Amino acid sequence: MTEEKRPDAGEEQSVAATPPGETGEGQGPTLREQERPSVLYQIMSGSALMSVLAVVLALLIGGLLIAFANEDTREASTYFFARPLDTLAAGWTAMTDAYVAMFRGSVFDWQAGSFAGMVKPLTESMVFAVPLILAGLGIAVGFRAGLFNIGAQGQIIVGAIVAAWLGFAFDLPVVIHLLVAILGGLIGGAVWGGIPGVLKARFGANEVIVTIMLNYIAVYLISYMLKLPSFNPGRTGQRSPAVSPDATYPLLVPQWLWPDNGFRLHWGFVVAILATVFVWWLMERSTVGFQIRAVGANPAAARTAGMSVGRITVITMVVAGALAGLAATGQVLGTERSLTAGVAASFGFDAITVALLGRSRPWGTFFAGLLFGALKAGGFLMQSLTATPIDIVLVVQSLIVLFIAAPPLVRTVFRLPDPDRRRRPRRTASTTQEATA
Amino acid sequence: MRRVLKLATAGAAATLVLAACGEAPTEEDTNAAGGENAESSEAAGGGEEAGDFKACMVSDSGGFDDQSFNQSGKEGLDSSVEALGIEGVEVESQADTDYATNVSNLVSQGCSITIGVGFLLEDAIQSAAEENPDTNFALIDSAFSDADFAPVELDNAKPILFNTAEASFLAGYLAAGMTESGTVATFGGLQIPSVAVFMDGFADGIAKYNEDNADADVQLLGWDKEAQEGAFSGDFENQSQGQTLTEQFISQGADIVMPVAGPVGLGAAAAASESDGVHIIWVDSDGYLTASEYSDLMLTSVMKQIGPAVEQTVTETVEGGFSNEPYVGTLENEGVGLAPYHDFEGEVPEELTTQIDEYRDQIISGDLVIESPNSPQQ
Repeated sequence: MTEEKRPDAGEEQSVAATPPGETGEGQGPTLREQERPSVLYQIMSGSALMSVLAVVLALLIGGLLIAFANEDTREASTYFFARPLDTLAAGWTAMTDAYVAMFRGSVFDWQAGSFAGMVKPLTESMVFAVPLILAGLGIAVGFRAGLFNIGAQGQIIVGAIVAAWLGFAFDLPVVIHLLVAILGGLIGGAVWGGIPGVLKARFGANEVIVTIMLNYIAVYLISYMLKLPSFNPGRTGQRSPAVSPDATYPLLVPQWLWPDNGFRLHWGFVVAILATVFVWWLMERSTVGFQIRAVGANPAAARTAGMSVGRITVITMVVAGALAGLAATGQVLGTERSLTAGVAASFGFDAITVALLGRSRPWGTFFAGLLFGALKAGGFLMQSLTATPIDIVLVVQSLIVLFIAAPPLVRTVFRLPDPDRRRRPRRTASTTQEATA
Repeated sequence: MRRVLKLATAGAAATLVLAACGEAPTEEDTNAAGGENAESSEAAGGGEEAGDFKACMVSDSGGFDDQSFNQSGKEGLDSSVEALGIEGVEVESQADTDYATNVSNLVSQGCSITIGVGFLLEDAIQSAAEENPDTNFALIDSAFSDADFAPVELDNAKPILFNTAEASFLAGYLAAGMTESGTVATFGGLQIPSVAVFMDGFADGIAKYNEDNADADVQLLGWDKEAQEGAFSGDFENQSQGQTLTEQFISQGADIVMPVAGPVGLGAAAAASESDGVHIIWVDSDGYLTASEYSDLMLTSVMKQIGPAVEQTVTETVEGGFSNEPYVGTLENEGVGLAPYHDFEGEVPEELTTQIDEYRDQIISGDLVIESPNSPQQ
C-alpha cells in the first residue's frame, strides 16, 4: 500500500512542489490542498512556461492597444474597406516602432554613437530592476508563508527615510558609512514589516489590512519628515539634503575603468544578486525556510508538527520588510541620492507583480524583476520616440498578472493540455487500486 | 461550446465590419482625393521650415492632462511647434524617480531645448544642464540651487518663474470683499515656493482689505504667512484629499476657497458644489474655461501664463537668442493676472472692482510691492 502511494506523492511534488509533499509528512493536508487549491497556491505551482506565455500574450495584446492608440491607424481605419492594407500597415508600423523603441531603450541601442551608449540601456534596465528584485523577493518570501504582504511600499519608504538620514546627517569613514546606511535601511524596513507580523502572530490581525494601512502611515510619515528642519534645511521643498558620497553605492563600472560610460548601474545590483542567493538558501536549504514553507502550505499541520506559526509569521514579515528596506537603499543610496516624497515610486506595488510572475521563487523573482526593469527603462524611450502613451507599459504589466492568475485562459489560447485534468483520473485510479488492495 | 464561441466572434466581427462600412464612403473620398496630398505637402512644407530644431518637454508626475500647469506648459509647447514648424517631443513622468531618466533620454535624442515642468524637476534639469553644456534647458517654476540650497546660475538653463503673489493679492482682496461669512480659506498641494507664493499674496490681499475697511475682520484659514505654515493636501493628484480639506473649511464657516494644488482643486470644487453659497478661486488657468463643469462656482482665477512664457522661450531660442536670464511673470508683463469674473460680473460691487484695478495699477507702477519670502529672487 505504501509502495503504491509513493509514486503518486512523487508526481505531486514534481508538478506542484508543495512543501509537505516534498518531505512526505502529512499526506492528509496535501490531498486537501489538492482538492481545493487557493489562488495563491495555483499561481505558485504554475510552470515557468506559463509565466513566459503570459508575458508573450500580454505583449501581443499591448501591441494591439498600441496600434489602436496610434493616430495614423485610427485615421486609416475610417476607410478600412477602401484600402484595408493601410490600416494593417499603419497598425503594424505603430506596434513594431513602439516595441523596437522599447528594445532600444531597455537592451541594446544600435543607433547610439558609442559602444557605451549602445549598452547603456541594458544597464538602465538593471538599475530599475534593483528595487523591483529586492522588494519582489520580500513579497515572495511572504507568499511562501501564505502571507499577502501588500506593505512593501511602506517598508520601502521607511527604509528610505532611515537610510537617507544615516546617509546625509552623519560623517563616517568611507566603507563603514555605506554599510551603516544600508543596514539602517534594512532595519527600517524590517521594523515596518515586523509590525504586521507581530500583530498577526499575537492578535490575529489580518496582514493584508494592516500592511495597507501601514502604507498610508508611511506615506504621511515621509511627508511629515520632509517638513522637519533637519530633513529640509533649505525649506525649498520636498527634498532632503544629498546623501554623502561616502554613503552611496559606488558605480559598478567606474569611470577610471571605462571613461565616459555614463552608466548609472551601481553596486546595488550586486546586493540584489546576493539577496537572491540568500533567499534561495533561506527558503530551500535552511530550517527556518522549511518551516516558512510548511506554514504556508498548511498552518494547522505545521502547528501539529510542533512549529510555532506565530514565530514563523513574525520572522517572515521581518525578512520581507528587510528586503524591501534594501530595495529602498537602491533608490536613496543608488540612483536618487536624496530623499523625496516620491522616492518609492510604485516599486512596492510593482514588486507584488514581480513576485507573482516569478512564482515566488528566488531566481524567478530575479528574472521577473529584470523584465519589469526592462519594461520600465524601455517605456521611457518608447514614449519619447514614438509618442506611445507610457500607460501602455502599465497595461502590459497588468495583463501579465491577469494571465498569470488565470492559467486556464493561457492554456486555452495556446492549446496546452491541463496538467490537473490529466492527473486526476490517474489519481482516482490509484485510489481505487488502493481501496481494492 | 467552441461553436458558440466561433459564432459569437463572427457576429462581433460582422458588427465591426458594418460599423466601418457605414463610414467608409465619405471618409474615403476626403482621404483618397485631397486629404493625403494636402497632408503630405503640408508635412513637406513644415519640414523645410523646421530645420533641426527640436523642442522637448518633461511633465512632472501630475501628467499633461492635469488641467493645470503641466497642461499649460504643453499647450505652450504645442502652439510654438505649430507656429514655428519645429519638432516637439512631450514626455510624461509617472513618478519622481522618472525625471532624471526622461531628461537624459531627451538630451541623447538631440533635443535643442529641454523644458522641465515644475519645481520637482529641478535636480534632473540642473544635472543634465551641467553635463551637457552645449544644449539648452528651461525649468518652469523654479530657479537653480546648489547642494546647500544657495542659488546658482547656469549658462545654458533658463528658469521660468512667476511672481504670482501679485495676482493672488488681488484675488485675496476680492475674496475678502465678497465673503459673506467673513471667513475665507486656502490650501496648497505641496509646501514648495511656487505654491506658497500664491498663499502669501492671498493672505496679504485679505490683510489689506481689513486694513482699508475698519469694520472688516475677514479671517483666513489654511495659511499663516508669518509662520509659513498651513494646510496642504500632500500631492497634486489626490482629489479626495482636497475635498476633505474643503469640507473642513466649509464647516468652519469659509465661503470662498482657493485651492493651490492643480487637479486636487477639482476635489475642492466638488465639495463647494455641495454647499450653498460657497465659491472657488481657481489657480494657474482660467477655471471658468478649464474646469467648466464647476464654472458656476468660479469667482475668478489667479492666472499664471505658463503657456505664453514657454512659447516665448522657445521662440527666442529658435531665433538664436537663448538667454539664461530668468523669465519672471508679473502683472506688468501679464505673465500673471486675475481672470475675468464671468458669471459674477454683475455681483462684484463697483467700488471693489475699482479698488482692485487701482491696486493692480499701483503694483505695476511699483508703488505697492507685494513681499513674499517665496517670490522669485530677481
